[in-house]
Amino acid sequence: MPDQNSSDFTNNTAIFLKDVNVAYRIPTEKIRTIKEYLIKKIRGKVKHQHFYALQDINLSIDQGEIYGIIGRNGAGKSTLLKVVSRVLYPTSGRVRIKGIVSPLLELGAGFHPELTGMENIYLNGTLLGHTRHEIQSKINDILEFSEIGDFINAPIRTYSSGMVARLGFSVATAWEPDILILDEVLSVGDAAFQKKCTNRMTSLIKGKSTVLLVTHSPALIEEMCSKAVLLDHGRIIARGSGEEISRQYMTMLE
Amino acid sequence: MAIEETNVYDSDRVRSVALEEIRAIIHYKDLIVQLIRRDIVARYKRSVLGVLWTMLNPLGTMVILTIVFSRMFNMRGVYPAYIITGLVAWNFFAQTTQFSLNTTLWGSGLYHKIYMPRTAFIISVAGGGIINIVFALVPMLLIYLVTRVPLHASALLLPVVILILAMFTLGLSLLLSTAAVFFPDVAEFFPVLISAWMYLTPIIYPEELLMDVLNGWVLKLNPMYHILKVFRLVLYEGVVPGGLEWLIAFLIAAVTLVVGWRVFTNKAKLFGYYA
Repeated sequence: MPDQNSSDFTNNTAIFLKDVNVAYRIPTEKIRTIKEYLIKKIRGKVKHQHFYALQDINLSIDQGEIYGIIGRNGAGKSTLLKVVSRVLYPTSGRVRIKGIVSPLLELGAGFHPELTGMENIYLNGTLLGHTRHEIQSKINDILEFSEIGDFINAPIRTYSSGMVARLGFSVATAWEPDILILDEVLSVGDAAFQKKCTNRMTSLIKGKSTVLLVTHSPALIEEMCSKAVLLDHGRIIARGSGEEISRQYMTMLE
Repeated sequence: MAIEETNVYDSDRVRSVALEEIRAIIHYKDLIVQLIRRDIVARYKRSVLGVLWTMLNPLGTMVILTIVFSRMFNMRGVYPAYIITGLVAWNFFAQTTQFSLNTTLWGSGLYHKIYMPRTAFIISVAGGGIINIVFALVPMLLIYLVTRVPLHASALLLPVVILILAMFTLGLSLLLSTAAVFFPDVAEFFPVLISAWMYLTPIIYPEELLMDVLNGWVLKLNPMYHILKVFRLVLYEGVVPGGLEWLIAFLIAAVTLVVGWRVFTNKAKLFGYYA
């Protein structure tokens, strides 16, 4: 055994969280200057309260699974997604992620209004961790899917909001990721483009990717997810099949 | 399809976050190129003179300072060439540190959205600064030509001195940015500090002026003095710096970079809870 926790994940585990806590320290009084901080530190008067956004989270998700996370507002769903996408480093606990994570949370992250559509494809693509070469090989696909046409060489400050959303969606979904993180199922643009979005999302979800789906909708969990957890006040209070969890969630809401 | 083991991230297996960050930066090298491009294109796209401003800026400052100060300091050699050489290096230093602070504090929205190596933004700021310094060499050489300051073979060492300057600047930028995340006052205070620092560094006046102040310790303790010294030696004086001068400048730059990199990467995991 290479280490004591190896029994908890296998070669097939895509997402593995062990005893993960995310605690925000809320100072009981506001300290904003170095001088104030040092004085208080020396006197041992830096006091904090802890607010646990996530507490004792244990999760093991296999490759190819469609895994649901459901819970009320403020239950910690978004925090959990941030931990898995490595945006937030947990206060304690172990995070093991196998494969490339694509967070479809922020379409067009880093888009700059002065740059052309083409320049923004490269900027956004490299921000998502792709190399220049990988973007080049997908460029035709992105151009075709986004339907931007000749505007691709104009600065995106001249685009309509629908065009910006289409471009962002096209770049974000051009690659089939190992792990796909979804905060609700996305659809952008007008009715015709929404249909294309839904088709592409379905093929991504049904593909080889592991999917982590966060939603308020019990119906969606029941329909799509093989397994799911119910979050409340930062803790996992139930785990089971999509069907069971959606039923429990509805009971909780009543 | 098997996923390569290299694509596994395991928080328990990360022995050194500083080394892990280097690995990540190599993977994200294309991002740095794109960020540099973005900053340059976005900055100059809508101005008529565009990139020419990188050259006009030090030229303008140099002209003003020459007119104001040339009579005040009894300079040997040629004052405009002396001053613009120092200014080119100082502008890189001052602009890169300031821009890094701003990027970390106000441009960090992306930090909360997607993962990317956190050092990428600051490295790209320094990278953009290096491109600017290359442009700024054009008006500098113009002044050399007009004031008949000869360029010697020592100028071929310019890439090395720019590298030393960039290492020091990057290290300090990382340190300052980390401090600014936890204490936003740093960003307010820094512009004051840097202008005081500029007047304590021989840029617009000869270094002899400070030689006697506190036995020269004002100079000796100023890291930028040692770095500017090698910069001006290879360009303006046309002399290859001696072993000790190289060693001091290089050590200052290397130590600052290593310390800055370690502090930043070790504290970066807390950024999500602050900025």
